[in-house]
Amino acid sequence: MMTARRSPSWFHMPIILMALASVLHIPADAARDDALAIDLSEDLIGISTGFTGASVLLFGATEGEGSVIVLVRSPNSRVVVRRKSRVAGIWVNSDELTFDDAPGFYHAAASAPLEDLLPDDIRRANQIGVKNIGFKPHAFLSADEEKAFRMALIRNKQRSGLYSTQSGRVTFQGSRLFRTRLELPANVPTGKYAVEVFLVNEGQIVGRSTRELSVRKVGLEAKITEFAFEQAPLYGIIAVLIALIAGWFAGFVFRKV
Amino acid sequence: MSIYLPIAEMSVDVFLILLMGGGVGFLSGLFGVGGGFLMTPLLIFIGISPAVAVATEANQIVAASVSGVLAHTRRRNVDFKMGIVLTIGGFAGSSVGVVLFTFLREIGQVDLLVRLCYIVFLGIVGSLMLFESGRAIFRRQTGTATRGKLHQHTWLHGLPFKMRFRRSRLYISALLPLGIGFFVGILAAIMGVGGGFLMVPAMIYLLGMPTSVVVGTSLFQIIFVTANVTFLQAVNNQTVDVVLALLLLTGAVIGAQLGTKASGKLRGEELRGLLALMVLGVCAKIGIELVAKPEDLYSINEIEGFGL
Repeated sequence: MMTARRSPSWFHMPIILMALASVLHIPADAARDDALAIDLSEDLIGISTGFTGASVLLFGATEGEGSVIVLVRSPNSRVVVRRKSRVAGIWVNSDELTFDDAPGFYHAAASAPLEDLLPDDIRRANQIGVKNIGFKPHAFLSADEEKAFRMALIRNKQRSGLYSTQSGRVTFQGSRLFRTRLELPANVPTGKYAVEVFLVNEGQIVGRSTRELSVRKVGLEAKITEFAFEQAPLYGIIAVLIALIAGWFAGFVFRKV
Repeated sequence: MSIYLPIAEMSVDVFLILLMGGGVGFLSGLFGVGGGFLMTPLLIFIGISPAVAVATEANQIVAASVSGVLAHTRRRNVDFKMGIVLTIGGFAGSSVGVVLFTFLREIGQVDLLVRLCYIVFLGIVGSLMLFESGRAIFRRQTGTATRGKLHQHTWLHGLPFKMRFRRSRLYISALLPLGIGFFVGILAAIMGVGGGFLMVPAMIYLLGMPTSVVVGTSLFQIIFVTANVTFLQAVNNQTVDVVLALLLLTGAVIGAQLGTKASGKLRGEELRGLLALMVLGVCAKIGIELVAKPEDLYSINEIEGFGL
């Protein structure tokens, strides 16, 4: 009788062991997809007339010990970096370097300073931190020159609030639940963003999980932009007509004044 | 209260834009100029990209000039024939200007060109006006004013294709207004201005038109030139922001009415002197920016958009 009662427990033993192993964190050699569960408070940010930026809550649970790194990046674009030099007393754009694969928006957040969490090579390989974004230069320049242009690109983006790295932004609730607020400024580019979360432990990435976040114009804003780009001649004519009518109306209203 | 501008892709304070429109509108009503030379630099200053600022300001000037022309037509101060000839030149010139603008934008020198144009033309016009109004004020005080000829005859009056412009009391070559229209049209497209500040002196000193019809006729042709610029910018560069233009012109029409009233309280030469100082002020500010070492020598420019 006793053995009969105990047999289901013995049957479940491997599962219990696995759960135990993940709680105690028996090291896994590769990053596991199920080591992290994440979600966003919303997966669409609509840019409408009153848009002044958005804040999205990212929350999740880790299976096992570790720290969390969150990367948010918008689609890549091509960026020209220009350098001014003095020509005949005035500052003129003279040299330039074009980079491919520059995200329009990039934000890295973590529960501890990035340098303390992962070694340089792993951060570079996964483009963790603004200095590790994988811009691809179009031309060959000396290493120093390329670095100067690369740093200038980052600096300009940081100045307009589009690139940032913040450690300590991810907070843990107990040892397993974490959350962070992703702040998107009013000048964010539109597109499908990738929100990537890494679980790291002892200098290794032990888990990763990705979510998509859509940023797009909605309502009137979307209609005007679509109209301006897809029916440019008609848009131009209407813009002129609006101005003509507004001017005529103003002249009419103020005629007696 | 803030509003997101769909084409400029940024959020701005509605009241700030209305105030800017109103302030520049007041000055344009006061001095009888379009105000583009003030508004475009202001827009760039608050963070709107030069391309959007130039194109949108052209759109706003269309509205400002229409209401101005209506007022001048009622006083019969528009030489329509002259206006049409200037417009033909202006159409060609502004089309060339927009193409030039698009090209310079691609090679990264549009900023420099816009600034240089501002410095050169505002500098010349401002200095001339200051000199002229200073002399007029001085003469009035010393009472040595003498009435000269209607206008001097130069080689310009020997050109072919002569046309009679009855309201301007002129019999001159059509090439002259065509050329002036063309030249001012190019600058209007590049600088995001109506070009009144260039057109008015050109009409007075080069064409010899009577002062009474100059402002109305200049505004008349500005409507068409800026309408052309708006259309071409919308087609070539997709940089006309109608939301921004509407906000600006709402402020501008109200400001312009107040400015027109205020202008009655000042003498013509005093007004011109003040305008000259303002023009030179803008010129000096842009000049200093060009000469002073920039905070960051590097600048960036996205060349592949993000789509809709």
